Amino acid sequence: MRNLLSITDFSVEEIEAVLDKANDIIAHPENYTEKCKNKILATLFFEPSTRTRLSFESAFLSLGGKTLGFSDAANSSSSKGESVSDTIKVVSCYSDIIAMRHPKEGAPLVASFVSDVPIINAGDGGHNHPTQTLTDLLTIKREKGRLDNLTVGFCGDLKFGRTVHSLIQALSRHKGIKLVLISPEELKVPDYVKNDVMDKCGMDYVETTNLEDAMPSLDVLYMTRVQQERFFNEDDYLRLRDSYILTLEKLEKAKKDMCILHPLPRVNEIAVDVDADPRACYFKQVKNGKFVRMALILKLLGIE
Amino acid sequence: MEINPINNGIVIDHIEAGKGMEIYNFLNLSELECTVALIKNVPSKKTGKKDIIKIDADIALDLDVLGYIAPETTVNFIKEGKLIAKRKVELPKTVKNAIKCKNPRCITSVEHGIDHVFKLVDKESRTYRCIYCESKAND
Repeated sequence: MRNLLSITDFSVEEIEAVLDKANDIIAHPENYTEKCKNKILATLFFEPSTRTRLSFESAFLSLGGKTLGFSDAANSSSSKGESVSDTIKVVSCYSDIIAMRHPKEGAPLVASFVSDVPIINAGDGGHNHPTQTLTDLLTIKREKGRLDNLTVGFCGDLKFGRTVHSLIQALSRHKGIKLVLISPEELKVPDYVKNDVMDKCGMDYVETTNLEDAMPSLDVLYMTRVQQERFFNEDDYLRLRDSYILTLEKLEKAKKDMCILHPLPRVNEIAVDVDADPRACYFKQVKNGKFVRMALILKLLGIE
Repeated sequence: MEINPINNGIVIDHIEAGKGMEIYNFLNLSELECTVALIKNVPSKKTGKKDIIKIDADIALDLDVLGYIAPETTVNFIKEGKLIAKRKVELPKTVKNAIKCKNPRCITSVEHGIDHVFKLVDKESRTYRCIYCESKAND
């Protein structure tokens, strides 16, 4: 039985196959409407996330399945002090596959130790968010036509941004990737990503605090939100929140075919008038997220 | 200074000088009923000086834990006064329940009954990371 806890659980070839399947679903959705008939997806969200939960539920409903679950730890037995292990043992009796989000890092790994059904990590604290990474990869592949030989800029919160860490990990397995890491000093990429992923793979990267200077070289710009829930200190959050805001003016220096991604939700880091620019791909990304989750579910359930 | 040889037991040799007490505490040797000798600053040809621990009982020593804290040591197993085996301790691939993850965001900070497991990710720098949250050991 396979799980998806970290993007590196899948080989490059397996990821390619999931992306190919997602593209086929986009091209021929009618072929997939009953693939998960009589199956149940449990969405266990110990931490609220409307977007990711709805994406999973929409994906599973589009495959003809049914869903159950909770969207807030307050509505689950964990509010009574139940362990993750016990919750999963119970829910795996009621479902064929589980997508879970938890504020504590590594909770999905604990779940995988006791579950009888596949576990999908839908985000664990500031750690991993592999289905967002599949979404990002599918969007880059569809927009740029390739996953290698790209200069990818990451901007904003690179310390707590789990989507950033997962995407860097995934890109580290492709040739010719250059990273431009744009963030304030306090929100730089953590050491474990730098040492164990970027340095180990010999990735070409530069760190900078200036978005405008980096702009002309980028094929992809990945914007992130400075997340309030990752800070223990309100003052730190308020000080760093407005560090980097993408505007049409700043985009003037960018390549005409650059692709702007954002895992959403956004607060103010991308000005609303950027949405109309053809380079803005973040709403396409949302749509791709549903299709790539459909493809992933089919793979984990062993359905062709 | 004379320390009597042991009949059945374990000698942890070539401990880096000054690290003996740390190992003594880490292995919870104070809880043993048998004779235990911690000898500090023993002259050594190789390193100038070293620490040695002698345990006068055939206990189940966790070599992985020892390897994590003091990979330079050698363990001698003694039976009926004779050396029956000598093992050079190595850095273990994983360390179970010997160290705890200090990351407050890690699942191990709230979930009871799960093992604290650290994995060796870089032999050269002796870096271990929590298998759950990937935080560095002792960070």
